[in-house]
Amino acid sequence: MSAIGLSTFARRNRGVLPGFGLSLGFTVFYLSMIVLIPLLALFARAFSNGMDGFWTAISTPRVLASLRLSFGMAALAALIDSVFGFVIAWVLVRYRFPGKSFLDALIDLPFALPTAVAGIALSTLYAPNGWIGSLLITHGIRIAYTPWGVLVAMTFIGLPFTVRTLQPVLSEQGQDVEEAAATLGATRLQTIARVIVPMLVPAMLTGAAMAFARGVGEYGSIIFLAGNLPMISEIAPLLIITKLEQYDYAGAAAIGAVMLMASFVMLLALNGLQGWAAKRR
Amino acid sequence: MSKFRPATEDPLLLRVTLGVVAIGFVALFLVLPLVIVFKEAFASGIRIFWTGITEPDALSSVRLSLLVAAIAVPFNTLFGIAAAWTIAKFDFPGKAFLVTLIDLPFSVSPVVSGLIYVLVFGMQGWFGPALADYDVHILFALPGLVLATIFVTFPFVARELIPLMVDQGRDEEEAAVSLGASGFSTFWNVTLPNIKWGLLYGVLLCNARALGEFGAVSVVSGHIRGATMTMPLHVELLYNNYDYVGAFSVAALLAMLALLTLALKTLLEWRYADELAAVHRH
Amino acid sequence: MSLIIDSVTKQFGRFPALNGASLTAPQGAFVALLGPSGSGKTTLLRILGGLEQADSGGVRFADINWLDMPARERKAGFVFQQYALFRHMTVAQNIGFGLKVRPRAQRPSRADIKHRVQELLALVQLDGLGDRYPSQLSGGQRQRVALARALAIEPRMLLLDEPFGALDAKVRKELRIWLRHIHDKAGVTSIFVTHDQEEAFAVADLVAVMNSGRIEQVGTPQDVRRDPRSKFVSEFLSA
Repeated sequence: MSAIGLSTFARRNRGVLPGFGLSLGFTVFYLSMIVLIPLLALFARAFSNGMDGFWTAISTPRVLASLRLSFGMAALAALIDSVFGFVIAWVLVRYRFPGKSFLDALIDLPFALPTAVAGIALSTLYAPNGWIGSLLITHGIRIAYTPWGVLVAMTFIGLPFTVRTLQPVLSEQGQDVEEAAATLGATRLQTIARVIVPMLVPAMLTGAAMAFARGVGEYGSIIFLAGNLPMISEIAPLLIITKLEQYDYAGAAAIGAVMLMASFVMLLALNGLQGWAAKRR
Repeated sequence: MSKFRPATEDPLLLRVTLGVVAIGFVALFLVLPLVIVFKEAFASGIRIFWTGITEPDALSSVRLSLLVAAIAVPFNTLFGIAAAWTIAKFDFPGKAFLVTLIDLPFSVSPVVSGLIYVLVFGMQGWFGPALADYDVHILFALPGLVLATIFVTFPFVARELIPLMVDQGRDEEEAAVSLGASGFSTFWNVTLPNIKWGLLYGVLLCNARALGEFGAVSVVSGHIRGATMTMPLHVELLYNNYDYVGAFSVAALLAMLALLTLALKTLLEWRYADELAAVHRH
Repeated sequence: MSLIIDSVTKQFGRFPALNGASLTAPQGAFVALLGPSGSGKTTLLRILGGLEQADSGGVRFADINWLDMPARERKAGFVFQQYALFRHMTVAQNIGFGLKVRPRAQRPSRADIKHRVQELLALVQLDGLGDRYPSQLSGGQRQRVALARALAIEPRMLLLDEPFGALDAKVRKELRIWLRHIHDKAGVTSIFVTHDQEEAFAVADLVAVMNSGRIEQVGTPQDVRRDPRSKFVSEFLSA
């Protein structure tokens, strides 16, 4: 029997390559132990006092304030990261200059640097006596220990996502649409604004969504910079920890469940977005 | 004869403006924090830095971090290989769901990642009281740290390998099997050499994240000095106690590790672009 | 108002794409640049369109030193092989683009633009498809949109880079007849790059046979076939 004949046969028959049972079994077992069961525990605990209990836990002013802060600042940070991420991706893809690959590698820093290290570094930088903080204080702007500290930390954390989602899309885009726009009389600025940027919108949204999701859940890089005052500068993850320390497991689980559900919705939206973008091509 | 620039080139003013903005933003947000870590760590000289990282609690935090990573990374590597093998080499219903599940930790807050284990193994959790009867301590001990770290880092290897192995197809493995090779032999001799750079890349990222994880580990650790303090937790402790030089010294160690990871990552991406090509960068 | 191309050269790195190409054509002619790959025909076309810059040589057209202008001032409509339609815009928006980006002083009113777009849609026989997106059209339809878009700016010169290269044989044949018809109606000087002899001979007034960066011979299809002036030309045409 030729190898080719066997291959065709195998393709119709799941069982030729060995190890299906073993690998699938191990994979499912691992996922169940590590992911599914603990997640189940989360939702079980969150709703352990019923829908009412869950709702009460979620709607206290302090919890609502923390959720508003986490989600609100993450959205703002995602916006900032989108704008500057676009500029950075543009410069990295379109321009040539010495040190470019160094700059390119640097973009991954927030992704590679432990969050606690980032946290204390940012806190030191933006404190009133820090390098940046001292400059800003003279203009009356306080970053450290205020909600703006949350924004700065989230902006740091989210940048790699916006840049890295845009780069491949930008470099794949053929030059011919830009040339077409030029022959039709458009200035360079018009070409960028009317032709290039609109084509990048799906990628920009994806990057922004990923930065947003990361910012909402972030803990280590924020808590050193934020101030952590309830109702003012306390992010949702910190509130979860506080509730755990107070043995309010149901309350902590409730917040965790809200955050998880928000992530899930975000993931669905992202997949939907990519499907829509694919249809437009 | 160039009296004007090419049609698809940006005007000089625009190029300079965008370049300055890009470099300025990166310098401000990315480079400065990195610089300050090293500046503060070495502010009082190398000897103080050295003392900072070699004092007993610091050393024990280094040992613990390494130990946690040494357990979590191999487990996750094994999982990554198994998951990629299952998804790439076979067809079965529910595959998309499996892939989504594997991506899940990326969208979960680190604090929630730790919280879920407290809910399962804590004294008010499902198995906590039962385990306590047998004097088995998951939380506030090494197993808890390892579990939380595993949760947070397990997608890394899988996410690198899955697209890579899907892209490489099944032909070579089928050929090996038709020639009489066993499952493990096929994997070892045929699959592994094809995925080795992707595997290395995934392990590198997994390891870096495992050593640096803070939020998840913070929740399950109990912060017991000398016993359940990983390096990032130790950094937090020192910082909160105003021992800035000490905190930044350990932080500098972590930062050096991050830079090493970045360098290796870039090297791998550059030299083995084709082998890694199936994978998008994050 | 004839087109005079005089000894144009262009090098890419060390590769000499154009080696002193020269050509004269009367106003309103339909010229085919015919030759094998690497002969420089696309490079010459792109230089005429302002998408590349010549190293030396000159072009005069409509009493202008053509190469002294940047692309967007030339009003040279360019039709790309892969259409280069703006995917995020409808057919109507694509066609109207060249009119919309004009400086305020020269920009037609929105109503005028709409009217012109409708006219062009009728001309290229795509009435009623104005609200579709390029992804919803066939290859042949997309190329017609690309042509309409180029014609919308009332170009002085129409440049077509293997416009039917990405289409199948039947569609090619239909479209080239139709292209000739459009050219006759619009009366615009057109330059058309192809490696397909049959195509060049079927539609062009003048055929310029190119080889290694030079134009070896220019003439009507009959002249060139009957009276090849170099070994290359006779071999290329008999292939």
